[in-house]
Amino acid sequence: MSGQRREDEARSASQLMEYPVIAQGTIETPTVEKEVATKGEIQAPWNVVVHNDPVNLMTYVTMVFQRVFGYPRERAEKHMLEVHQKGRSILWSGVRERAELYVQQLHAYLLLATIEKAG
Amino acid sequence: MEICRQNESLEIRELDPFLAELLRQIPDSVDTKKSPAAEERLFSAPAGAEEKEFRSEWKLYIVPELRRLFQSATETVRQDLEQLHCKKKPFANCTLRIPLAHADAWLNALNQARLAIAASYNFTEHELSDHFRSPLGSRRDLGLFQVNFYGFLQEFILREIAACPDED
Repeated sequence: MSGQRREDEARSASQLMEYPVIAQGTIETPTVEKEVATKGEIQAPWNVVVHNDPVNLMTYVTMVFQRVFGYPRERAEKHMLEVHQKGRSILWSGVRERAELYVQQLHAYLLLATIEKAG
Repeated sequence: MEICRQNESLEIRELDPFLAELLRQIPDSVDTKKSPAAEERLFSAPAGAEEKEFRSEWKLYIVPELRRLFQSATETVRQDLEQLHCKKKPFANCTLRIPLAHADAWLNALNQARLAIAASYNFTEHELSDHFRSPLGSRRDLGLFQVNFYGFLQEFILREIAACPDED
């Protein structure tokens, strides 16, 4: 993990919600991209775990899950209740870089979030 | 105290001097220099102890950015709270207008304050759910009242954000 990458990720902490803008137009020559799995993608996935915190409001936690992961309200509430009742919930699993970014966003909302290796 | 939505702002009307003072204390409450427990909670570890390199890089690069983000939210709230510094009638009820555009900053600052106070006093889950406790007994009780009062404001702001999702 390079310092440059970490700095890039740090800058994105204040840009909590960024959606890709898809330009509309006609593509004349389709470009076929080969999907190449990186070493990190081949390795076991990483979990984004949110831990219980008696101070954070349930409604606030639900809103954060909706904003950070784009989950619908019902799914966000299900995870919030799992955190509340079981002490933790796995919100997302996948490549490490993205997991780190999610944890960073959750910390910006002051939730107790960690990454851990899946399995 | 009345709390309502008024066009593009949230209004807290008939705010008595006691509650106004509690609101004025938000920026001071988030100052983690006074409380290592609060500092630890606001800047908690992002992984287990086995992730030494990740944790040290987090401290180096992410924590300063989070600190700036939190300070920015607190500064917005501090500026809104200037409305409460009425020198003509210091003991009169007053009105606080929070622009809807500042709602996220308020949610963040209120959350910082609640977490910092709760960590400083090490409130138990039982204490945090006891909403009928008198706020007048001790400084600790007052801290608990602050946590609950700020939580009440958070709930109101969250409700208004949910009511107008395009404006958050």
